[in-house]
Amino acid sequence: MRLKKNIATSEAGFIFNPGTGDSYSSNPIGSEILSHLKEDIDRKELIDLICSKYDVDRIQFEKDIDDFISQLTDNNLLDD
Amino acid sequence: MEKLKYERPVIKKLITGFTNKFGSQSKNEAVTHIESVNVNELIGKYGSPLFVLSERQIRRNYQNATRIFRTRYPKVQFAWSYKTNYLNAVCRVFHQEGSWAEVVSGFEYDKAIANGVPGNKIIFNGPDKKDEELIRAARNNSLIHIDHFDELYTLIKLSDEYQLKPLVAIRVNMDTGIYPKWDRFGFNFENGQAWNAITRILNSENLNLVGLHCHIGTFMLTTSAYAIAANKLCELAWSLKVKHNKTIQYLDLGGGFPSTNTLKGSYLPGTDTVPSIDQFADAITDVILNYGFKQEDLPLLILETGRALIDDAGYLLGTVLANKRLSDGRRATILDFGVNSLFTSFWYEHKVSPAQESGQHTEETILYGPLCMNIDVIRENITLPLLQKGDRLVVHKVGAYNMTQWMQFITLRPNVVMIDKDNNTHVIRNAETREYIESAELIPPHLTNA
Ligand SMILES: Cc1ncc(COP(=O)(O)O)c(C=O)c1O
Repeated sequence: MRLKKNIATSEAGFIFNPGTGDSYSSNPIGSEILSHLKEDIDRKELIDLICSKYDVDRIQFEKDIDDFISQLTDNNLLDD
Repeated sequence: MEKLKYERPVIKKLITGFTNKFGSQSKNEAVTHIESVNVNELIGKYGSPLFVLSERQIRRNYQNATRIFRTRYPKVQFAWSYKTNYLNAVCRVFHQEGSWAEVVSGFEYDKAIANGVPGNKIIFNGPDKKDEELIRAARNNSLIHIDHFDELYTLIKLSDEYQLKPLVAIRVNMDTGIYPKWDRFGFNFENGQAWNAITRILNSENLNLVGLHCHIGTFMLTTSAYAIAANKLCELAWSLKVKHNKTIQYLDLGGGFPSTNTLKGSYLPGTDTVPSIDQFADAITDVILNYGFKQEDLPLLILETGRALIDDAGYLLGTVLANKRLSDGRRATILDFGVNSLFTSFWYEHKVSPAQESGQHTEETILYGPLCMNIDVIRENITLPLLQKGDRLVVHKVGAYNMTQWMQFITLRPNVVMIDKDNNTHVIRNAETREYIESAELIPPHLTNA
């Protein structure tokens, strides 16, 4: 999984897609995940990373990351 | 290493140039306490969902409304409209404050008697009064508000048969400039029906006409409608004095003042649009005081205010069961209560607050109940912080009509607790059990060993 090359992100959670002109905002954990997605990373690695850092139940996070990824996909922000 | 506090990751598309309809009210402060009692502790102790009523707020509302009217008019009496919320504890708070009872069925009448209301302080309204109920109400000197000619003639007949001297009023319906007209209850003013009913009562041997009643609608947003209604009732009272030398004892202007809930489809929240009780009181009392009655003939002013006295004293606490994403990408949140408990979500865009502190980020979501049916929607669109399964919510202003119109459908009705003025909590209605629901059922013999 990987964010499209041309997507601009800022630490403050601002995301811009120059291809479409759309912009987005995300919460801090969202932008942290996006920064990981700048490099190719697989789902399990991402889950391990976040679950070791945050106080969250693994199953809960699996549901949340899948939902987050589907939103990124719906908005054409990920490489196919 | 201690782990960091987690929040669900989200992204939200930024739309420039539009402010959404809910933009002005998307402040989502956590409501962690009702009065001084912690929401999580309430749910921990009494379960979720849970209805909570603040006794202090009920009393405040009642005292406020009576003060507003009594500072404008010498003789005022409120009668608690039972259908709005007839849990006995609630009724008794109103009766302790001095309220009479307004009932519309034999069932409600019996409740008022059992709550210790003297018969002559019960107003018996509505189109459905059984013969034995009329007889009992007449014997108790209750105020019987006649709804239609069939009832009038029934009462005349019963009074002859049983030697009754019932105290009666008629309910009058009228054009107050409000659409749709509520003309299905009572006798019409404009076409002369109300006057005919009055004449018929005066010609009867046993019926004693003591009052005139109207209830022009509910959640009324214009004060002028009340001025028109008061004027028409005064006109009838005046004619009675002039033509029959009969002094009417009271004018009952009914209920109908709005609460500060937001009606569905309105663009501004109810708190910004709804006239205050002061404004309604001005409209009504100005008319009566200036109509020309002699000071000693001024009628008692009765009000049957319901929702405006209790809505904001009621809360529904609940829990998030699940988050979902719909096929079009919209978020949906499923709660542990639906329209079965929160009947008023058919009318109102209820304010819903999270019961725990949450991050800055919000998202738009649909709030669904847990029932297996499409109409089970609590809010069609609301901006809330990122909710997780297990999070608690507080729905505001649910005190009116829910604890009477709730439905026992698919699941059981929850506990209702009242927080008293010292912040003690009391269960005032137990959560239902299967045994309770089935206690009224019978199984025919041929199905007993099915
Ligand atoms: C006769 C009568 N009085 C009073 C009320 C209370 O109305 P509200 O809750 O609008 O004040 C009602 C409600 O329908 C009613 O029918």
